[in-house]
Amino acid sequence: MLIKRTLSFVAVAAFSMSAMAWQPSGKVECLAPADPGGGWDFTCRSVGNVLQQLGLVSGSVQTVNMAGAGGGVAYAHTVSKRAEDNKLLVAASTATTTRLAQRQFPGMDADMVTWVGALGADYGIIAVGKNSRYQNLTELMAAVKANPKSVKFAGGSARGGWDHLKVLIAAKAAGAGKLPAIPYLSYNNGGEAMTQVVGGQVDAFTGDISEATGFMESGDLRVLAVLAEERLPGQFSDIPTAKEQGIDAVGPNWRGFYMPKGADDAAREYWVDAVDTLYASEEWKQVMKSNGLIPFHPPADEFDSFVRTQVQDIENLSREIGLLK
Amino acid sequence: METLGFLMEGFAVALTPYNLMFALFGAFVGTLIGCLPGLGPANGVAILIPLAFTLGLPPETAMILLTSVYAGAMYGGRISSILLNIPGDEPAMMTCLDGYPMAQKGRAADALAVSAIASFTGGLIGTIGLIMLAPVLARFALTFGPAEYFALFLLAFATLGGITGKNPMKTVIAATLGIMVATVGIDISTGTQRYTFGVLELYEGIDFILAIVGLFAISELLFFVESRLGKGRKSVQIGKLTLTPKELISTVPTQLRGGVLGFIAGVLPGAGASLGSFISYTLEKQILGRKARFGEGDIRGVVAPEAGNNGASSGALVPMLTLGVPGSGTTAVLLAMLISLNITPGPLMFTQNADIVWGVIAALLVGNVLLLLLNIPLVGFFVRLLSIPPMYLLPIVTMVAFVGIYSISHSTFDLYFMVAFGVAGYLLRKLEIPLVPIILGMLLGPEMEKNLGHALVLSDGDWSVLWSSPLSITLWGIAALGLALPYLVGPLLRRRMNAAMKESPVSD
Repeated sequence: MLIKRTLSFVAVAAFSMSAMAWQPSGKVECLAPADPGGGWDFTCRSVGNVLQQLGLVSGSVQTVNMAGAGGGVAYAHTVSKRAEDNKLLVAASTATTTRLAQRQFPGMDADMVTWVGALGADYGIIAVGKNSRYQNLTELMAAVKANPKSVKFAGGSARGGWDHLKVLIAAKAAGAGKLPAIPYLSYNNGGEAMTQVVGGQVDAFTGDISEATGFMESGDLRVLAVLAEERLPGQFSDIPTAKEQGIDAVGPNWRGFYMPKGADDAAREYWVDAVDTLYASEEWKQVMKSNGLIPFHPPADEFDSFVRTQVQDIENLSREIGLLK
Repeated sequence: METLGFLMEGFAVALTPYNLMFALFGAFVGTLIGCLPGLGPANGVAILIPLAFTLGLPPETAMILLTSVYAGAMYGGRISSILLNIPGDEPAMMTCLDGYPMAQKGRAADALAVSAIASFTGGLIGTIGLIMLAPVLARFALTFGPAEYFALFLLAFATLGGITGKNPMKTVIAATLGIMVATVGIDISTGTQRYTFGVLELYEGIDFILAIVGLFAISELLFFVESRLGKGRKSVQIGKLTLTPKELISTVPTQLRGGVLGFIAGVLPGAGASLGSFISYTLEKQILGRKARFGEGDIRGVVAPEAGNNGASSGALVPMLTLGVPGSGTTAVLLAMLISLNITPGPLMFTQNADIVWGVIAALLVGNVLLLLLNIPLVGFFVRLLSIPPMYLLPIVTMVAFVGIYSISHSTFDLYFMVAFGVAGYLLRKLEIPLVPIILGMLLGPEMEKNLGHALVLSDGDWSVLWSSPLSITLWGIAALGLALPYLVGPLLRRRMNAAMKESPVSD
């Protein structure tokens, strides 16, 4: 076993050596497009640490916070001022693709950067209070189908944001019409939205699984479905997927990176491979486990098309609810 | 019983050496800020916010630091009231009445000591009240829906001017300015941008912290530069302590009454610490009647207002922590800090951020003890600090403000914005437009809008949902009362407050 692992490690190392003429020297910068403490900041800092532990960078990885416009300031900075930087990674997530799809970064689109890869995800859920009459997603969606106004959803993003879109993705997959008529109440964060659902003021909660663990454990919240391809590992394995209930809706909130479009091909290849190596490492698995991240890693050659499809899907949905003209 | 367990956990947070150090530092700085005339508790906390960011403090430590400053400022206000007959901050106004005469009779040391003890009792009673009332109110707040919250925010706006507010029109202007500033950025209920003019930096709206530090700290600096650059005050002698235990014991009933009354005034919207100290002073005067010689340096005339304003400062934390609705300027600043630490005040905070809430509450108790210890032996030190020329103090404040704001988001844009807010704050103060309602408008306006939107979505556009539950009707009733009272009772109260000030033989 040990020999096997050593061999594979040597193989990976050898492969890295031979395939890569380019290697980052000196300081690598990871741009977190938000204040310290958020998800993007976490992505940069934890990836930076593991990259150093694995020896994938020779120098240090410095996290630079650049908040503003939900990532728009950092996106504009990457596109206009750092277009050819080989040593710049920028943290991104589904929030980035949502804003790109809804043209919230003025004059910019998903083609202006190179999408490097994803390193895990948080999955969307739909939940109700413990005293709700809805026992599963099928029942809930049947009610929505019969009368779009009958179920009121609360979430932590703005109207048209990711939490709202997850409701629409599920409703659309369930065959409901009149998507714009489904009431959605936006709160400042998932916690505030959950309070209203637990307090019985609003019917259903839409958010990510990591937000809901506290109320799930206390029994105040009943999670009807997780919007994932298959059941989640560990403590979440009891929660049925939407797919199992006949509603083909998937909503991963992935975490990953993009980099400047004008970087050298060799540098791009290096970082795509580095993300693959990092994702496969024990060290990263530990980070994912202790931070509630769930495996999600489209193969390197598919990530770009995954991002584009997600942007396109969100664009279509946004058009359907009248957020985009 | 459950509360006691939480409180023990809170002590575990508050008594770590790291947090204890910051509580001590906050108590010290707070006392200093309180005793400097002109620098009130709201400014004091605003000045310390950037420091919390500069040092990268964890949320609970940052909140412990700021609440200690808040409590310290309430203690410190009395020092210049007693020695100089200039209230260090507004709530300490009533302390001048008997404190300064005492100082003139050569009993300054006694007045300072007994007022520190009264502050301690008042703070203790207020914090115990907070511990008993807050969890109950937090549980009750879970039953609030959007319609009830809307009525609650309306109530907060209606009582904004306070019962003793001078110019209601200027308060309205200030609150409107705050609401206007808050509309910049994405509107979460429609997902559209408002007043961003395509400037990316404006997309997430204007940060409360920027506005607060600019409005309070930077404008304060501009004021100092204008008025008293360089000049210090002449130092004051405080004399020897002659307070006897018997005299101290005779003030105990006054301390208890003052603390309880202050706490109640603090919890009520629109009242706050100034009214707390006023009510406890006047009531004490009536209860004691001829037995006391209020206004001529009676020791109980120092005890009552100090117990009152410290009780009120803890009381004012109750609505802020449990409902997310601040009742005073300083609690508004603390609320903004909580929000920027990504903590949502309200019922949820008591379960999800229990360590922070109870850590802060325990820190208030610890801070009170620290403050008593600081304020009795070290009072001479604070008195000497009173004569430091502001020219040494202000560059430090400015530096901390700039470094702190820059360290939040690493954006020079924010620095320009902060300076712009500072200049605006300076101009507004010149026009005598109060700054606190601006902050409250910024904090409460968007919440009120959001809850109105939610209530209407839930009722399918039926406006009557806003006054359909008994709870919301009650809140509307109190709001109406809050609007009417200043016109009915306000002039009377103000007259009596002024009269009380005039009765004092030495007021000038």
